[in-house]
Amino acid sequence: MTVGPVTPSTETPSADEPAAVEGRSLGRIAWARLRRDRVALDGGITVLLLILVAALAPLINRVFGHPVNEYHQDRIDPNLGGIPPVGTWGGISSEFLLGVQPVTGRDLFSQILYGAQTSLLIAFAATVLAVVIGIVVGVSAGFFGGWLDSLFSRFMDLILAFPLILFAIALISVLPPTRAFRTAVMIVVIGGFSWPYIGRIVRGQTLSLREREFVESARSIGAGNVRIIVKELLPNLAAPILVYATLIIPTNILFEAALSFLGVGVPPPTPSWGRLLSDAVQYYEYDPTYMVVPGMAIFVTVLAFNLFGDGLRDALDPKANR
Amino acid sequence: MSTHTSPDRTTARPGTDELLRVTGLEKHFPITRGAFIRRTVGAVRAVDGVDLTVATGETLGLVGESGCGKSTTGRLISRLLRPTGGSIVFDGRDITDLSVRRMRPLRREIQMIFQDPYSSLNPRHTVGTIVGAPLRVQDIPTPHGVKRAVQELLELVGLSPEHYNRYPHEFSGGQRQRIGIARALALRPKLIVADEPVSALDVSIQAQVVNLLDDLQRELGLTYVFIAHDLSVVKHICDRVAVMYLGKVVEVAPRDALYATPLHPYTLALLSAVPVPDPDRRDRAQRERILLTGDVPSPVDPPSGCRFRTRCWKARERCERETPALRELAGGHLVACHFPVEDAERTPRGRIAAHLAAADVAPATTTPA
Ligand SMILES: Nc1ncnc2c1ncn2[C@@H]1O[C@H](COP(=O)(O)OP(=O)(O)OP(=O)(O)O)[C@@H](O)[C@H]1O
Ligand code: SF4
Ligand SMILES: [Mg+2]
Repeated sequence: MTVGPVTPSTETPSADEPAAVEGRSLGRIAWARLRRDRVALDGGITVLLLILVAALAPLINRVFGHPVNEYHQDRIDPNLGGIPPVGTWGGISSEFLLGVQPVTGRDLFSQILYGAQTSLLIAFAATVLAVVIGIVVGVSAGFFGGWLDSLFSRFMDLILAFPLILFAIALISVLPPTRAFRTAVMIVVIGGFSWPYIGRIVRGQTLSLREREFVESARSIGAGNVRIIVKELLPNLAAPILVYATLIIPTNILFEAALSFLGVGVPPPTPSWGRLLSDAVQYYEYDPTYMVVPGMAIFVTVLAFNLFGDGLRDALDPKANR
Repeated sequence: MSTHTSPDRTTARPGTDELLRVTGLEKHFPITRGAFIRRTVGAVRAVDGVDLTVATGETLGLVGESGCGKSTTGRLISRLLRPTGGSIVFDGRDITDLSVRRMRPLRREIQMIFQDPYSSLNPRHTVGTIVGAPLRVQDIPTPHGVKRAVQELLELVGLSPEHYNRYPHEFSGGQRQRIGIARALALRPKLIVADEPVSALDVSIQAQVVNLLDDLQRELGLTYVFIAHDLSVVKHICDRVAVMYLGKVVEVAPRDALYATPLHPYTLALLSAVPVPDPDRRDRAQRERILLTGDVPSPVDPPSGCRFRTRCWKARERCERETPALRELAGGHLVACHFPVEDAERTPRGRIAAHLAAADVAPATTTPA
């Protein structure tokens, strides 16, 4: 090209530092915003800690706990029918950080620790599944429209209106109760029912993105549908997908806990917060602490994910909630 | 807008080669009901029989009110839409029904500049990615790499090559529009369809962008179809102007002929609405402004005969019965009207009379949507 600049620009860039050659991407701006949001940051740190705890459960347990299925009958008070633990607060002591289980005397700390593993593994895997299905269905419905959109939209409505818990109980209780199999089935069931939340968001965003002129522009340079979806739409969908994935994780954690509570979760002896809670119901008169501990674990986890997710949404789309 | 002098614009038609010929172009968008079993219950006749020619190297202005089908015409010409009728011949080649795949190599020759500088640039891409995309998609060989090519394009449109790694949100509207222009130029097209390229910009910046387009045209030998919604913007850049109303071209003329002797009542009304900068003359212009009463009729069910008749102060019985054909009244000056504007109507007295007559057109005659 031999022609030089024809009309010098008299406008200056709106960015502050003219020397910086690297532009500030929207992601970096969002991160700067998120960093100033204390509550969301606390939620995020808690989430990170939880993930770390679940990942390092065996290591942490070796230092602070006892083997998961080791019975400590000496911790159970024989004078009270052999049910509640010795001492106050469910037998919390420097040796048993969260006390012990009534009757068996198993270490509650290790149960919670490994329970976090179960909970997060199933919730994360189900969320990944939900995101994948949600993107495929949502993008197809929003981008191609027409009868495909009608079909997928009705299908999503149908799933959201489904009596899910009943279906899950019926399905899981008739399948073989091995640990790996149950885990897989729970992931498929939870993911298979939570994807429409992602699907709807993605469809809505795709519908509005599709009308933007940069999509027309991509067409006018000869880009095909695949390139438009991958290069033009997905980068713009990443933020809402990230936000809603973060927000369905706690829902999925609660779902897993509910199924375990109802006795159709991962089979014993695999620890699970939901099953601890249902177990605690029998003993709440003798040992209320036993109920509080897994309850708090679920509560803190769900709250942390929600606070982080809300903060993420505000940071990525400041117009949404203000 | 600043006074902009271009030497040989008055003689119109600089080149004689015809680059684009559009004949009887139609785009009817179906209106459907029902989710699964779709019934077509009608059509939006967005473009309904448009005839145009564009010569190599010239700029054709396409002007009309909002919703008259300008953008749709532009999108048909650049084949972002498939026509439902008529034909488009580009550079001697019929591109009316080319498939997306067959159209692909031709995309290099026809490019678009879009109206909205905010929605036309992907906010997640850097300027380098945006301007380089045409080169990548079309596999254009770049001897010094895509980055160099993009930086040269940025310089060409008056932006700093340093802006390569920046994101669109870091730029002003005018700069964004320059980025859009650089992207359109990347493929070295013959024809650029500019869809209201300055409508979204501040008045002070509009002139800069129009001048840039004008300079680029001279240096690169470009041909433009320049879409605008009022006649003031196109005055400085166009060689010829086509006026559209409700999906049809109602008047085409060399620029000076159109501004000096408009033949269609609608053009006269549009011209009387052009803002007058001189405060001493503003008052008089106000009295002579021909106000168009009522709304533009719906393109779903346009009026019979002449589509402008529901708002025309000259309408007679024949206008309802007979659709006026686009016919040539003077050299290169075409109009679709049974009773074209006469010289007397262009005098101040005639304009005031038209002003009063137009105010009397009953708005009830417009067809409800
Ligand atoms: N994809 C579509 N489906 C249905 N109707 C459409 C579609 N695109 C445009 N229309 C209709 O066609 C008519 C012409 O639209 P078009 O965008 O071409 O007008 P325009 O002259 O560019 O207006 P503006 O000045 O507002 O940009 C309008 O009535 C519009 O509602
Ligand atoms: S044909 Fe009749 S109605 Fe139409 S513009 Fe001319 S005079 Fe008016
Ligand atoms: Mg338009």
